[in-house]
Amino acid sequence: MSEIKKIKNLKDFSTSADRFEGANLLCPGCAHSIIVREVLNATNDDLILSASTGCLEVCTAVYPYTSWDASWVHIGFENGSTAVAGAEAMHKALKTKGRLKQDRDPKFVSFAGDGASYDIGFQWISGCFERGHNMMHVVLDNEVYANTGGQRSSSTPIGSSATTSPAGSHSYGEKRNKKDMIAIMAAHGSPYVAQVAPNKWKNMVKAIQQGLNAEGPTFINAMSACTTEWKFAPEDTIAISDLATDSHIFPLYEIIDGKQLNITYRPKNVLPVDEYLAAQGRFKHLFKDQYKFMIKEWQDRVDANWEYLQRREEAKV
Amino acid sequence: MRKMELKDIEVWDGNMAASHAMRQVQIDVVAAYPITPSTPIVENYATFLANDYVEGEFVMVESEHAAMSGCVGASAAGGRVATATSSQGFALMVETLYQASGMRLPIILNVVNRALAAPLNVNGDHSDMYLGRDSGWIQLDAYNPQDAYDLNFIAFKVSEDHDVRLPCMVHQDGFMTSHTAMGVKTLQDDIAYNFVGDFKPMNDMLDLDNPVTHGVQTEEDWHFEHKARQQNDLMTKVYPKLQAAFNEFEELTGRKYSMVETYNMEEAEVAVVCMGTSVKTAIEVSNELNAKGIKAGVVGIRVIRPWPFEKIAEVFKDIKAIGALDRSAPHGTVGMLFNELAGSLINSDSNAVLNNYIYGLGGRDLTKKHIYSIYEDLLANAKAGKLTTATQQYIGTRGPKLEFL
Repeated sequence: MSEIKKIKNLKDFSTSADRFEGANLLCPGCAHSIIVREVLNATNDDLILSASTGCLEVCTAVYPYTSWDASWVHIGFENGSTAVAGAEAMHKALKTKGRLKQDRDPKFVSFAGDGASYDIGFQWISGCFERGHNMMHVVLDNEVYANTGGQRSSSTPIGSSATTSPAGSHSYGEKRNKKDMIAIMAAHGSPYVAQVAPNKWKNMVKAIQQGLNAEGPTFINAMSACTTEWKFAPEDTIAISDLATDSHIFPLYEIIDGKQLNITYRPKNVLPVDEYLAAQGRFKHLFKDQYKFMIKEWQDRVDANWEYLQRREEAKV
Repeated sequence: MRKMELKDIEVWDGNMAASHAMRQVQIDVVAAYPITPSTPIVENYATFLANDYVEGEFVMVESEHAAMSGCVGASAAGGRVATATSSQGFALMVETLYQASGMRLPIILNVVNRALAAPLNVNGDHSDMYLGRDSGWIQLDAYNPQDAYDLNFIAFKVSEDHDVRLPCMVHQDGFMTSHTAMGVKTLQDDIAYNFVGDFKPMNDMLDLDNPVTHGVQTEEDWHFEHKARQQNDLMTKVYPKLQAAFNEFEELTGRKYSMVETYNMEEAEVAVVCMGTSVKTAIEVSNELNAKGIKAGVVGIRVIRPWPFEKIAEVFKDIKAIGALDRSAPHGTVGMLFNELAGSLINSDSNAVLNNYIYGLGGRDLTKKHIYSIYEDLLANAKAGKLTTATQQYIGTRGPKLEFL
């Protein structure tokens, strides 16, 4: 069992041992680095990390530099989860054989974007979870292939203008709403699955600690507001994240043992979806007369989902 | 963990031979996905594990790509790692093969050679082996189950050497070697293990007090240096290590391996060059011809990568005509062996006439009769001092004769 790190306030974060350096190439205002710091700061245990190809990887390990002060591996776009699973298997093997250099049990964590998790890396993650590796997979969910210029992924929300599903005179942009990855991962029987957002950092730390302390594969879907592709000012990352969580667009909840769903954050004042949509360039076309019907679609869908989550929670099944 | 007492000679097929070698070197992690005809290697290993003959982790993953991905993660973590595959599985692995070699991870891959679709075919040819030839791995070729057993020990020893740190494939022919039993001379467990030695980690992620970053990004500023160093190490550091391992293995077992295997080559005027099970067929024909006074030799390529340039030039210096026998469709050029031979001989004193035979695709038999007819071509070429046949021909196909140039 890992040591639970006591973090009471943001100052604790700023003074805690830092295994992810501020010296990296991520965009100013990128939520990735906030999320990664929160994950790494949530435990005092040793960490073995991976990143799939994507913004985090290309911005933190450009030879001859590295931003990582914990062992870290990158192989490819689709297989970051399996990289960590292989390392976890080696740890088990060397422990059995008495060949560990230090008799300590590290935590194994893979980071990947939504493209590397929902799309191209989906099979690898599913395999890791089915096999029950003792690891955590963290999705840095910015709902788009941000590293390569904003192409749609299966996490891209309906009505968003992405470079491969652009809004135009005959299109409101992305036609499909995002895949429910949390339900899919919970259905793998994972002991702990949660959706988190960096603006609700205490909630997030708690979820990460719970995931790291569970036995078996756990899954964290972290909203990562993307200043570049969502098109908002870099200083507004946390404000945008607040709009997402407080409008129920990005509800924060956990699913334990694939069954019990708990909503972990309930906004006191629920905001309408249009405040969130209006704050980002990727949705601005939805406010044209021809596409305004989409805003109602958004509100109805978000309300229905919140209703569903509450029912799931009440039902305790 | 239990030890297994082996008879001095066991009747094993190539898959079983490779499985026992993997058992004896005490691999720490095997991440694998079964595919015909290499499946028994994975099954045998699982049976060893189920009966306490091996220790360590056996991770049955959901695809060959994941198998090599898991091997890369495990190897970077710091331990002995191996797996097996064939054909389509090998093709699916290709991305990760380049990643494994670029990350300088000493993984051993037993490749039981099989054709590549389409059309789908489960039988042995060298298409998968050829697909891997630019991937930065050392590639050793077994001609029979004994070789498949022995070359695994050579592979681990050389690949894990800190001066090398490059992954290594051990190839054997699908079915013809993998499923054909022969008497295999064995090593007892301790002797086999000690030949390879303990795994010595380097830049291991599990050294928790010394974190490392594996698999970095390099662009035009550093990528070339990494690749050039890797390539140059493959070309300069592997031959001496392989030769030393071959020598040590010969001292231990009396079994001699060479980069390039030669048969009846001392006085030969013509020679065929081939790999895998075809070498033995060619030797039989060569022996029969030599008994009749016809000086026909055989060269088997043992080390495909790094390609043994110097040895090739030396072996062929007095040969007048060479037939390169490729068990893979080169699709758009002459066969790989033709090209490599030409590249090896162009700056040498050789005046040999070289031609190319594509044969045995999808497991089609190569018979002694075929080899006889090839030698007839070569003898005619040698006599004429120039090509008397097409540059490229196909052996044993139906329908009108196909040939090129």
